[in-house]
Amino acid sequence: MLKTLKRVFSYARPYIAYFIFTLIFAASGISLSLSVPVFIGKAVDCCLGEGNVDFEKLLIIVIELGISVIASGLFQWLMSLCTNKLAFKTVRDIRADAFAKIQRVPLNYIDRRTKGELTSRVINDIEILSDGLLQGFTQFFSGVITIIGTLIFMMIINYKIAIVVVILTPLSFIAASRITKASHDSYVAQSKLRGDMVGLAEEMTGNQKLVKAFVYDKRAEERFAKLNHNYGKIGAKATFFSSMTNPTTRFVNGVIYAAVGLLGALGAIGNFPFIGAMSVGRLSSFLAYSNQYTKPFNEISGVFAELQNAVASAKRVFDLLDEEEVSDDSEADKLTDPTGELSFSHVSFSYSPEFKLIQDFNLEVKPGQRIAIVGPTGCGKSTMINLLLRFYDIESGTITVSGKDINSVTRDSLRESFGMVLQETWVFTGTVAENISYGKPEATRDEIIAAAKAVHAHGFIKRLPDGYDTVISESSGLSQGQKQLICIARVMLMDPPMLILDEATSSIDLRTEHRIQRAFIKLMEGKTSFIIAHRLSTIKNSDTILVMKHGNIIEQGSHKELMSRKGFYSELYNSQFAT
Amino acid sequence: MKRLFRYLKSYKKELVLGPFFKLLEAIFELIVPIVMARIIDNGIANKDSAYVLKMSGLIIILGVCGLCFALTCQFLAAKCAYGFGTDLRADLYRHINSLSYSSIDKIGTSSLINRLTNDSMTVQNGVNMFIRLAVRAPFLVIGAAIMAFMIDMKLSLVLILSAPLISVIIFLIMRKTVPMYRKTQQKLDKAALLTRESLEGTRVIRAFSRQNEEIEEFSEAVNEIAECSAAVGKISAILNPAAFMIMNLGIVAIIWFGGLRIDSGSLTQGELTAFTNYMTQILLALVVLANLIVIFTKAFASANRISEVFSLPSEETGTIPPDRSSENIIEFCNVSFGYENSGEDSVHDLSFTLKRGEMLGIIGGTGSGKSTAAALIPAFYRPTSGKVIVSGVDINEVNVEELRKIIGTVPQKAVLFSGTLRENMQWQKSDATDEEIISALKTAQAWEFVEKLPKGLDTYIAQGGSNLSGGQKQRIAIARALVGKPDILILDDSTSALDYSTDLRLRKALKENLSETSVVMISQRTTSLKGADRIIVMEDGQPVGIGTHDELLESCEIYQDIYRSQMNEKEDRHA
Repeated sequence: MLKTLKRVFSYARPYIAYFIFTLIFAASGISLSLSVPVFIGKAVDCCLGEGNVDFEKLLIIVIELGISVIASGLFQWLMSLCTNKLAFKTVRDIRADAFAKIQRVPLNYIDRRTKGELTSRVINDIEILSDGLLQGFTQFFSGVITIIGTLIFMMIINYKIAIVVVILTPLSFIAASRITKASHDSYVAQSKLRGDMVGLAEEMTGNQKLVKAFVYDKRAEERFAKLNHNYGKIGAKATFFSSMTNPTTRFVNGVIYAAVGLLGALGAIGNFPFIGAMSVGRLSSFLAYSNQYTKPFNEISGVFAELQNAVASAKRVFDLLDEEEVSDDSEADKLTDPTGELSFSHVSFSYSPEFKLIQDFNLEVKPGQRIAIVGPTGCGKSTMINLLLRFYDIESGTITVSGKDINSVTRDSLRESFGMVLQETWVFTGTVAENISYGKPEATRDEIIAAAKAVHAHGFIKRLPDGYDTVISESSGLSQGQKQLICIARVMLMDPPMLILDEATSSIDLRTEHRIQRAFIKLMEGKTSFIIAHRLSTIKNSDTILVMKHGNIIEQGSHKELMSRKGFYSELYNSQFAT
Repeated sequence: MKRLFRYLKSYKKELVLGPFFKLLEAIFELIVPIVMARIIDNGIANKDSAYVLKMSGLIIILGVCGLCFALTCQFLAAKCAYGFGTDLRADLYRHINSLSYSSIDKIGTSSLINRLTNDSMTVQNGVNMFIRLAVRAPFLVIGAAIMAFMIDMKLSLVLILSAPLISVIIFLIMRKTVPMYRKTQQKLDKAALLTRESLEGTRVIRAFSRQNEEIEEFSEAVNEIAECSAAVGKISAILNPAAFMIMNLGIVAIIWFGGLRIDSGSLTQGELTAFTNYMTQILLALVVLANLIVIFTKAFASANRISEVFSLPSEETGTIPPDRSSENIIEFCNVSFGYENSGEDSVHDLSFTLKRGEMLGIIGGTGSGKSTAAALIPAFYRPTSGKVIVSGVDINEVNVEELRKIIGTVPQKAVLFSGTLRENMQWQKSDATDEEIISALKTAQAWEFVEKLPKGLDTYIAQGGSNLSGGQKQRIAIARALVGKPDILILDDSTSALDYSTDLRLRKALKENLSETSVVMISQRTTSLKGADRIIVMEDGQPVGIGTHDELLESCEIYQDIYRSQMNEKEDRHA
């Protein structure tokens, strides 16, 4: 826990000035506000009774009081400003780091996790961290200053009564921490149940149409009712426990208040020698202190509860930040002027040691050749993409591009020499033009339009409300096929020497499919291409066909060679025409 | 809104007693400063130790009673709020389940989820806070003001002036900051969107070497968040110091004028102490009140969103059970259907008849009305004109639950649910045996990989089926609909992720193992539909051709086009 805290504060280090000012302003603001009861007491002592008011003295006290009130208010305001700046800037830095980290971790880390979980670390966890650790720290600090300051002022007025207050203090502390502890456990239980319930609601209501289609509603209701009931029960308990804090500390406060009143009054009467004489004014300032004395205890125990939460969140964020990054290749050479020539020699690869995938794979590709990758559903065709673009590193053997080992050049330059169109299209929130020029941000509008025209995307783009300036996103109502065309135009614009294409067949209507077909053909002109192929024409016209099954390359050769072998490929090929 | 109040009815007792106990506590709290004033004015002035002792004891007794009352109130509040929330959610969920497809379309599933969870919890919190604070805070303000009035009318003017001043400041700050908070939240949502997009497109981003640009864009977004929050922070930071200043400057005024009043003999020293005490109480209560207003505003907005869901009518259902011995399984007579607010018909004047055990194919481009036509069969939507008769009964008169139980649906997007594979397979038939499940998996060509899973049917499926490949999910989704051998099986372009050979084996197995099931297959591939007894060709909602493969090849121009384009590839084979 301490380590995590230290780490958070190391992020705050650049803003240490804000931090120091926060402390200074807090200390000054609070001590000034604590002096208020002293002034009030003094003032009360100036007003002894009818005709017995010392106005000269009273005026001075009133002016002093006014000044310290205004000054204290100003300091408190400045303190808040500094805390805000400190918190927001620190959070901004952590967030930017976390996001940058995501760009640098090996793909395997992202593939293993759900997108929602990682997003929640970057957004929600860091938000909780900010609330709990940074704002919590200021609360904690001002709480401590208030307690110490109050004690000092009480000591000055009457150290004997102050000692009684100190003796009673643990009462307040014990009460607060007991309640916090009790409510913490039921809060944890509550938030788990809440998570379960929200999870179920998301799953069921999110697929409400399916629930209805399967008449699953009664069963879904039963499951929901059970979680809902438990949540209601535990939630009521947790809320009750936590709501005990205020009345309980109010009570403890009342006891201290009564004790101070009793002792102070006895002292003022003068027949209780232990306390010593005390004026009414001093008593009233003492009473004012005891009135606000327990409040910070309350706040501090609240801070601790939040702190636990925040540390847990911070840990999740730092776990991400501590992930190993892909090796640094900034020193490596850049791949320059790739020709499209490529070779695999003795390549072996597997995602996990138990399941051997690619073993001793050899392939020579000349510039402009077409390699088709075929195989049944889920045979691991995307593995090839992962290796070619070095999303994953091979275990042994070498892959060379234009004669250079891909491990000896920078990843960026390697990837820039490939153009890629995947089945899962990816458009981001931005204009159509921005989406197309993603790989070549400096492209002119004419170049963009030319690329779109070349892949037959110009027509539908023109019909969008703002043409090339229409803002699109994943969910903006473009059809799957239209998104695909934008992705193809993106690669067209870059004009790389090598291509990786996934011929998508799903959810695209026939006309668009034709258009995409034509776009692909246009795109492949003169380029070395790897195609995850679904179409016979593509497969047949390829120079080499890689047949994959269960992640392995089981056959390799031209269409003719493979057909004459009468192996898995010929079986697969013939099945396409049966009805 | 009225509807929501109904859920409070069962908690009348808590709703009355809770605030009542809180009121008692507040009264006791108000008495304390008076008792202290007595200690000062009577006890100290008369040097009466016994009186001081007695009164101090009284303060503690008041404190004990106050504690008991307060805890009782908190208990009642929690019980009432969560009881209310639980009842409300249970009913709301039941209602959501009863909604028709058009109602679901209207609000959208993600919004429904939000209303069911976040909004119901916000209202629940509102009820809780209502019981706890709605009476206490105003009472403390008014009570303390009355007490102050009773002590000294003229001095109370200070109170009367400063209380509205603070209220105005609170109001102004809130009016300024609430929209700003909303804006900050929007910026945060934008950063979340960027993160999500970036995660989804990692491969593309890296392939295009655009990591640095992504990082830059995100930095800008987080910078905006920081600036936005700092701007709100600047304003909201005024609140506490301002309240503090007004409160204490009020006290300064009270002391000065109190001094004058004491000098003239109309106020005592103890009363002055009590007066400053009330001042503090009032202003603290005003701050609480301000927070309360925020909570209530939010709760009311949420309550409105929930009421909106309740105001949607439940799906209508007839009572006649489907006639499972009818000769025709599906009959469409001049059926037209248009989505609400769309004006145009998505399906126009469609008529056909399908006998039991026959296979129907529907082909056409995206947006041609294929899926819409299929969605009319399980009565998800009702035709705007014409008649849909399924299993011998008009869908306007059939018991829809019974009808849907004999229809197996495979959606376009294969969605699986978190839970074991067996639980997923029991969606269609809750008491399906392992044999039934395995047989369905075999037909769907899924058994070959399920068999190899170390835990078999007990394999845990993650939410959305994220631990399975697209093809695997699709085959399980098909198998899920086959359990219990439905009378009708609707496949909505559900084999897109399957390669040709798996697709072929699947179609063969369907024919062999479910010979009595009528299959409605929506597809893009003519080869998939070739064996159908009837194929409907759709374009822009119009049925442009109905018949068998051979008939359509003769008569339907669009079908010929589609077939020819797909056969071009076939010619390659013969070349």
